[in-house]
Amino acid sequence: MPKETGICSWKELELGTAIRQPGSAGELKTGDWRSMYPVTDFEACIKCGRCYIYCPDMVYVRNEQGYYEQNYYYCKGCGICAHECPVDAIKMVQEGD
Amino acid sequence: MQLNVPDRDYMHSGHVGCPGCGAAVAMKFVLRALGNKTIMVLPACCWSIIAGPYPQSTLQIPLIHSAFETGGAMASGVRAALDVKGDKETCVVTWAGDGGTFDIGFQALSGAVERNEDFIYFCYDNEAYMNTGIQRSSSTPYGAWTTTTPGRDWKRMRKKNIVEALVAHRIPYAATASIAYPEDLLRKVSKARSIKGSRFLHIFASCPTGWRIPSEISVKIARMAVQTNIFPLYEVENGRKYTINFMPKGYLVKEYFKLQGRFKHLSESDLDQIQAMVEEDWELLLRKAGVPLQG
Repeated sequence: MPKETGICSWKELELGTAIRQPGSAGELKTGDWRSMYPVTDFEACIKCGRCYIYCPDMVYVRNEQGYYEQNYYYCKGCGICAHECPVDAIKMVQEGD
Repeated sequence: MQLNVPDRDYMHSGHVGCPGCGAAVAMKFVLRALGNKTIMVLPACCWSIIAGPYPQSTLQIPLIHSAFETGGAMASGVRAALDVKGDKETCVVTWAGDGGTFDIGFQALSGAVERNEDFIYFCYDNEAYMNTGIQRSSSTPYGAWTTTTPGRDWKRMRKKNIVEALVAHRIPYAATASIAYPEDLLRKVSKARSIKGSRFLHIFASCPTGWRIPSEISVKIARMAVQTNIFPLYEVENGRKYTINFMPKGYLVKEYFKLQGRFKHLSESDLDQIQAMVEEDWELLLRKAGVPLQG
């Protein structure tokens, strides 16, 4: 992980090393892992939401127009969205191009 | 494809599952259907890692990490504590991998369901001990390569039929589900939540790392497992009433096998043998469900 988390004295830990903040993993930038990233062609998109349903990282967020947009902070570039898209509106693009 | 479930995830992005992880997709669906009035017991499995390295947690519900063999026992204890507090609303669930269900956790699971404890046991099945480095488990299918069944010594034992083992306990509800069929999965989770007593859900969750497949076909491969009858979708109520939820059109198993690196050593005759095994299991299931055999 690029971010230094979890470094503290044992005296500062909660009893039973409990985690008090649910969903605290949101700090982890899993988007660093990917080599390919998905790009949606909104002209072709039929708003079926399959990318949103099958995404293992909950990267897709529905916007006001009903389209699904990626949050690249978390996207690991697995490509499930591009593969499951029924109209091939999502393309995987090489990172850095 | 619109799903009739609340539009709220109780799982946060930033989990450390591999890209294309089927288990993460399974957890996402299950938590949507369960809601946040849930306490989860998590024996050692891939999800012990995916939930996040301390002090991070992906899940927005109370979660207890426990030892490998204690999934059933720990959930029984949590349920008993909630009963003492008079909390009937909160649902206690165990989320275990195939190792923690089929092998190591089986005695605790069997004990808990024999007492008919009021909890739901989810087994997400990725067919080996994936997070420790792809060791074979009793859920690994016939013919698979793993690091403990390498090369020519590929696994020559059949996969344990865990749902039938649970059905033999006469539990109120046991079902199979797949990440590629979200409506079916969500319906089964909602149904399980409305029933009292021990409930068991066997969820097929593909693993790109361990199955040697590209991450993008993770959902496709789970769909193919259902379509080829390797993983039929069905539910059993009270150990008696079988319902088959998906009638496959009869795709051949080799279509499923040739996409996966863990089966690449199998010859045509091995595949024919596996096809015969799958057909035998399917006919047995049809007979139990009282569905007439085709052809």
